Amino acid sequence: MPHIPLPEQLPGITGLLEYRLDTAAPIRELTQILLRGESTLSQGERELIAALVSSRNCTNFCEAAHTKAADILLGDDETARAVKHDIETAPISEKMKALLQIAAFTQKNGREVTPEAITRAHEAGATDREIHDTVLIAALFCLYNKYVDGLATVAPTNPAFYQTLGERITGRGYVRPPGGYPVPTS
Amino acid sequence: MPHITLPDGVPGIRSLVMYRPDTGQHLYDLAQALLRAGSPDSTLTDAERELIAAFVSKQNQTNFCMNSHAAASRYLYADQRDVVDQTLVDPATAPISEKLKALLAIASHVQADARTVSDDLVAAARAEGATDGDIHDTVLIAASFCMYNRYVDGLATLTPTDPAAYDAMGERMGTLGYQLPKVKANDTASPTTHLS
Repeated sequence: MPHIPLPEQLPGITGLLEYRLDTAAPIRELTQILLRGESTLSQGERELIAALVSSRNCTNFCEAAHTKAADILLGDDETARAVKHDIETAPISEKMKALLQIAAFTQKNGREVTPEAITRAHEAGATDREIHDTVLIAALFCLYNKYVDGLATVAPTNPAFYQTLGERITGRGYVRPPGGYPVPTS
Repeated sequence: MPHITLPDGVPGIRSLVMYRPDTGQHLYDLAQALLRAGSPDSTLTDAERELIAAFVSKQNQTNFCMNSHAAASRYLYADQRDVVDQTLVDPATAPISEKLKALLAIASHVQADARTVSDDLVAAARAEGATDGDIHDTVLIAASFCMYNRYVDGLATLTPTDPAAYDAMGERMGTLGYQLPKVKANDTASPTTHLS
């Protein structure tokens, strides 16, 4: 049960983002820019970063949601699974492996990101901007994961829930729907 | 040296929001909402919010954020400024309320592993008068500083070692709050002129 009263029909992050709208707005905007804005990383690649970090933080809600988003965007349900299991053997480019390792270091603590990890990414063709965005996406998901877990929000266990959520965040994105989330009347 | 090419001589988060202002704007807006406003029922002062930010940054060993938010908290505590350093050394013996101690314990668990924020920790905070909004805001401040700290450290930004640099930052944060640095068009080569 959540540590504070949250709307039962809005599990995970959604109820929290409705609890305090003035903090939710910049968090949503930041996520929309980082994961859906213009970038030389594909949206699917950026969702892999989110899924990996959420998996390392053991935040089931975020891991399931962003794994599903990555699956939808990449068109397969193997890549995200493989990345979470072992970055080095996953079927992704050397550049993505290097960036995901930077994300994994960032998840532990920012000071863990080594010059060697950065050099590897640069040598694999990653730009400063891609490295910047990787670190910020990883850091942002540490915020989300800790917010979701720290207030003990509910993570639905029904896979259909995450299918719907994955379709929503790959379709509409991370912006708040106009009018919010009215309580169902039926 | 920073891991990517950032504005020369500009410290910490400031160099990052100048590097990418479109994300920086929302990062500063979030800090402003978290540290200069609260949930409607929250009892936390701005000085206490800054103290939670400094405390979490210390646990993450992010010296830039710890020093700058400690300085902001000292500025806001004014004649009670000594509580900031006493709390950062040991919250248990610091002259702060039992409520704030209980909230700092929650923040500490969020920093280490948020799944360990137990019903007992939350109940202890409520027993000392913490409201839902206090608990929410404490968790979100702690989680947000786990983001800011990782962003600042993960890109190895410049961390000033002169304490006087942080006094100036603390006063600016305490008076102006969190405003994006103004960078004039075609003037990115000398960003240090816009530091204050």
